[in-house]
Amino acid sequence: MPNVRRLFDFIVGPLTGLTMLAAIYMVFVYVPTDKFQGIVQRIFYFHVPAAIITFVAFGLVAVASAMFLWQGTRFWDRLAHSAAECGMLFCTIVLITGPIWARPIWGTWWTWDARLTTTLILWLIYAAYLMLREFSASGDQAARYAAVLGIVGVIDIPIINRSVYWWRTIHPAVLITRQGGTGLTDPRMRATLLVSFIAFAFLLSWLIWIRNESARLQDEADQLQQHLLTGHD
Amino acid sequence: MDEPNFSFLFAAYAAIWVLLFLYIANIARRNRALQREIDELRELVERQDTSSQPRPHDG
Repeated sequence: MPNVRRLFDFIVGPLTGLTMLAAIYMVFVYVPTDKFQGIVQRIFYFHVPAAIITFVAFGLVAVASAMFLWQGTRFWDRLAHSAAECGMLFCTIVLITGPIWARPIWGTWWTWDARLTTTLILWLIYAAYLMLREFSASGDQAARYAAVLGIVGVIDIPIINRSVYWWRTIHPAVLITRQGGTGLTDPRMRATLLVSFIAFAFLLSWLIWIRNESARLQDEADQLQQHLLTGHD
Repeated sequence: MDEPNFSFLFAAYAAIWVLLFLYIANIARRNRALQREIDELRELVERQDTSSQPRPHDG
């Protein structure tokens, strides 16, 4: 455990800061402005990695929830809860930056497009997950209900991913277009997106770590209270 | 630089940083409060354990 703590405090934390600074530099200075969309296209360099990291976080919720149902240990439950909270943060970023980009490009903040709607559904599913955790009595049963929801919710991710192919949609395919190419023509655009993605990956792992620490401290406080009340752990 | 569209770019990145800052500050505050609570509880447990031990002249 001390080694893991050192890894996150002295390696992952600083790497998160450095890659984030590099990403900001590339987004605002290095990358060329898109010929058709203009300056607002630069929103994509944080919007797209945030969306992919949302999927990673909720995927982790499903895996950790399945492990919790199988093994029943608090470690997996804490990891699932932490990943869900971080996933919600990134999903919120996606749902805020998307409409801000859409307003000047589509002329509207929101449209009930397949990808937008399925992403909103994903946000609502995990909002329900966090509410279930917050408002139900603590204990194994609440954790098990949440774990089931955490696993079921992840089904929405492949639907979001395929929605631009299954339904008529106006949402752009940035990474792989319908023709199989990429929406980013300039290699500097692809490099910027890659660096932003790496920065977001580090950010997710660091956030899950500090959130997980919070849950671990809460467990420790609960155990000490229990000890005070009953005289034993 | 297209002025009206620059405000959209600014708004998007400002929203990202505000959200991240609020979340990290919230976790840091929560962790500090929990650490304080744990220190206090440990002290109470130690005091409880010490007082429940039988003294030499007891029994």
